[in-house]
Amino acid sequence: MEIVVCMKRVPETGDAEIAVDSTGRDIVRDRLTYDINESDNYALEEAVLLKEKFGGTVTLVSMGPPETDETLRMGLAKGGDVAVRLWDHRFARSDGHATAFVLAKAIREMEFDLVLTGCIATDDGRTQVGVTIAALLGIPHATYVMKVDIEDGIATVQSELEGGLIAVNRMKTPALFTIQTGINEPRYPSLISIKKATAKEIRTLTLDDLGLEASSAGEEGSKTKIVKLTPPPVGKRAEILEGAPEVVSARLTEIFKEKGMI
Amino acid sequence: MDFDLTQDQRLVQEMVRKFAVNELEPVASEIDKTGEFPWSNIKKMAELGLLGVIVPEEYGGAGLDFLSLAIVIEEISKVCASTGVIVAVNNSLAAYPILAFGDVKQRQKYLPVLARAEQIGAIGLTEPNAGSDVAGLESTAVVDGDYYRLNGTKRFITNGVEAGVYVIFAYTDKTKGHKGLSAFIVDGDTPGFSRGDHEDLMGLRATGNCELIFEDAKVPKENLLGEEGQGFKIGMHTLDVSRIDIGAQSVGIAQGALEASVKYAKERTAFGKPIAQFQLIQAMVAEMATQIEAARFLVYHAAYLKDKQVPRFSKEASMAKWFAAEACLNAVRKAVQVHGGYGYTKDYPVERYYRDAKCMEIYEGTTEIQKIVIARSLLKD
Repeated sequence: MEIVVCMKRVPETGDAEIAVDSTGRDIVRDRLTYDINESDNYALEEAVLLKEKFGGTVTLVSMGPPETDETLRMGLAKGGDVAVRLWDHRFARSDGHATAFVLAKAIREMEFDLVLTGCIATDDGRTQVGVTIAALLGIPHATYVMKVDIEDGIATVQSELEGGLIAVNRMKTPALFTIQTGINEPRYPSLISIKKATAKEIRTLTLDDLGLEASSAGEEGSKTKIVKLTPPPVGKRAEILEGAPEVVSARLTEIFKEKGMI
Repeated sequence: MDFDLTQDQRLVQEMVRKFAVNELEPVASEIDKTGEFPWSNIKKMAELGLLGVIVPEEYGGAGLDFLSLAIVIEEISKVCASTGVIVAVNNSLAAYPILAFGDVKQRQKYLPVLARAEQIGAIGLTEPNAGSDVAGLESTAVVDGDYYRLNGTKRFITNGVEAGVYVIFAYTDKTKGHKGLSAFIVDGDTPGFSRGDHEDLMGLRATGNCELIFEDAKVPKENLLGEEGQGFKIGMHTLDVSRIDIGAQSVGIAQGALEASVKYAKERTAFGKPIAQFQLIQAMVAEMATQIEAARFLVYHAAYLKDKQVPRFSKEASMAKWFAAEACLNAVRKAVQVHGGYGYTKDYPVERYYRDAKCMEIYEGTTEIQKIVIARSLLKD
């Protein structure tokens, strides 16, 4: 089974202090550390599990500057076979649509039965790239996928819906799934697999290599534009509950009930 | 001069950092309390190659360099110093002397077992009456047919309770002074060998530390490591390597203490603002960070020298070990101070770091011994 996994390198923003930069359209990035987008990591693991079951190749694709190679290499160490990085200064400031356009152009040239992406990007909170790639490639898709079964070219997938509902969809491959976190338990790469991964070559493709027009990527190819970033307004002071655990938990339950959360 | 880690080393660091935070940190406080040897995590780490970082691939290891090993120990120790030293001992005090001084048969027999953590390794040099004073060691090994008969007691042996492979030092000829010391590989099931009670240590409590007792222990002749009389050389050379790891462990504990302090200082308020805004707190954080950075450079440099295969790096290894231990002690002391009363409770990890840290200036050569090694290398003719 030939599987393509789309990976995004994102800043780790969980514990970091985020500030808006002088352009007002981006965040200050120089002190941030980067990592693979969380749900992309699950997509990668799902691809490797399917490869281990059915054989084939896992190809990793990412659009990003040279530093993205490190994310791709870690992906190779975790079980990817081939990695391709798409980069050109004309790709900078691509929105979800332009990014999907570039990725789809690269993937179209590849042999694939499945394309797996994460279900959401943790940096901009968007969920657009995966489904747009599916539309551009003209293949069926499912989102927030929690389970994948493949038999005789037919994929049966379970998607997570609101309120804990599960939708079961069946479709022919090739297909694209956006993978939800928790579908599997992503592995840690062993030292030996890290060593092997660093010896592998990462292919780089530019705008010209992909045969794209400059107008289809970057800011020009984007359908949306970030006009302004602002930090969220400071809310009312948080209420700190104090006292014994049973007192605090009772009060917490009351608050949840008052707010209609339970 | 290149201060950058290689891509391999950066990926190793990233992987171990995540593994440590996700798998080791959640049990660190618990195993400190119970003293339970973290076998399940040791097995997981062995699958990733962390128990045989410097063991060549042909012997079942990962075949990485000593700087990678230092990075591994640092990242593990940042969240759990007990696990850090278990891994360090298996790599540099058990596997390394067998790799460096063992014959092909010994390497084939023991290195894969250690790298896969089928057995954990330990080293026995220190005795009840002698640690730094090698000439004062009392253990003896006497030839008896195809065997050596070992007698004596080893003390404060990390991994001792759980290990299956021991590198043991004993005199084959006491009249020759340190040239009469020899090293042996001893299997855990050797007749005449037994383990004492688990030491109730101040820190590093989950490391299976105990006494090893040899009563006419029957060790096959083929388990002599190197040649008779090479024990001192094997021991000193092995300690040069392992001191780099204890330096790395010190850097890891100190870094963990620093990060905990930074987090706490931003959260804790006093006089209406986070204590991070007070200059005396800031001074402590700055001092910790600077000393840790200096220590890290010394440790990495010593590892770099080992990787470059320079013939002697005892001075640099001792500098790294001493300085990093001191930076570590300073860091944990300040970390508890930043935490105030809470730092003195078991609710915060800095209390554990404080106890774990003390051993850094004691084991694998006290700080005083490191200074002697450094001075001797400067003052010799």
